[in-house]
Amino acid sequence: MESPARSWREYPQRYRLEAAKCTKCDKVLYPPRVICPACHGRDFETVTLPREGHVVAPTVVRVPPTGFEEETPLPVAVVELSNGVRLMVQVADMADPLELKIGDPIHLEFRRIQQDSEAGLLFYGHKAIRD
Amino acid sequence: MREVAIIGVGMIDWGELWEKSLRRMWTEAALAALDDAGIDTVDLITVGCMSPGLFVGQEHIASLLADEIGMAGVAATRTESACASGSLAFRAGFAEVASGLSDIVLVTGVEKMTDVDGGDATYTLGTAADREYEAFHGITFPGLYAMMAQVHMARYGTTSRQLAAVSVKNHANGLLNPHAQYHLKISIDDVLNSTMVADPLHLFDCSPITDGAAAVVLAPLDKARDLAGKRPIVKVAGSGMATDTIALANREDLGKLRAVELAGQRAYAMAGRSPNDIHVAEVHDCFSISEVMVTEALGFFEPGQGGPAAERGLTALNGKIPVNPSGGLKSKGHPVGATGVAQIAEITTQLRGEAGQRQVNGARIGLTQNMGGSGGSSTVHILEVA
Repeated sequence: MESPARSWREYPQRYRLEAAKCTKCDKVLYPPRVICPACHGRDFETVTLPREGHVVAPTVVRVPPTGFEEETPLPVAVVELSNGVRLMVQVADMADPLELKIGDPIHLEFRRIQQDSEAGLLFYGHKAIRD
Repeated sequence: MREVAIIGVGMIDWGELWEKSLRRMWTEAALAALDDAGIDTVDLITVGCMSPGLFVGQEHIASLLADEIGMAGVAATRTESACASGSLAFRAGFAEVASGLSDIVLVTGVEKMTDVDGGDATYTLGTAADREYEAFHGITFPGLYAMMAQVHMARYGTTSRQLAAVSVKNHANGLLNPHAQYHLKISIDDVLNSTMVADPLHLFDCSPITDGAAAVVLAPLDKARDLAGKRPIVKVAGSGMATDTIALANREDLGKLRAVELAGQRAYAMAGRSPNDIHVAEVHDCFSISEVMVTEALGFFEPGQGGPAAERGLTALNGKIPVNPSGGLKSKGHPVGATGVAQIAEITTQLRGEAGQRQVNGARIGLTQNMGGSGGSSTVHILEVA
């Protein structure tokens, strides 16, 4: 069961797409961390992710996990944004989910991600829209 | 370090075992291994189990099971690395005996998966992915491997037919394994016509939900010589373990399994062996694409050649490098915490020459590869006839 605190503490990265840019090697970490996996630097500045990118690895989930029963077939993909950051996102508004291909250009939009939880929490975040 | 031998193996018949509890399955497999070794006391019990808390609402199971088998008082511990939990129990036991901290170790793996419904089982397995940044978005385990399959297909031209050939081969092997969950011959068309789970993976590209347990007993090699009688002694020649990012989005290359590569390199180096030396292998075919990518990561085939190799029969029981003679996760079943231990039991049985109809002739050096999540952890072990 999700608690309000667990959802709330993710707001900066989930709702505002905030990432941590390592001041030593310039690597952008999403979600933010306290140590850079590339150079072990520990100093960061907060940056906002770009919203444009392309599909790296797509699939269509036909057998959904709990909470996504009304969403299938559900296109999901690893996408790479224009600054090189990759993230896992649903792909929304596809008339035919099977048309989603590696390399397709996308942009991110703020959407509802899951059905309401038993605790009444609403889950928002970003989905990709194929351009 | 002392040399370490496997002096006993124990399996039970796997499947949807409605009539058996976790503790009952575990105790039957553990007793089978102790009986096979001809001993009744141990210094340590290790238990590989991914999620007894979510599957049956029970934690603290190492103590529970030590008591269940009449050994309350003995040292006991549980290891967890998702679907690689079992091989971590084996590696922990190996380290204990090799270091001299323990003499006799009972290594076990168990998972009771059918006490929850399908949705909850999918959720529980999904906890092996990144909860906040993968599972949150609705991706499932078949979905994660499907993404890797998409990349592999686009880069190398791997086909759905080649993937299907992996499942067909493993089901053919499982027909010869009395412990396997499924004794079911399937064809390429059966796989390609089965329900799509996550494109491009069909139902028959996926391993099942399984109840099961497995066990082996470890001892110093010199003690094993006293106990072995006329049976061949199987020793642990190499042990490698490695991690990778759990989240696929954090990996530079989705077309290969880096943790498997690293674990393999470490095990080969320790054993002084190379991929060409291996006579038989049990690998983690949680999905058909996994076996293809693992056989590439272990160096059995060049990158991109795992699919064609499966289709040409190179991994069949009589092929160049027989892979998953037990039927693999696909046909034998995949009770996640038990899988890594069952792989050790199968290779030990093969190297002893006791595998019956599925025996790989002349096998003297074998390999096991077990994997957690979507490749976030992997172990490789190399076993040899001493």
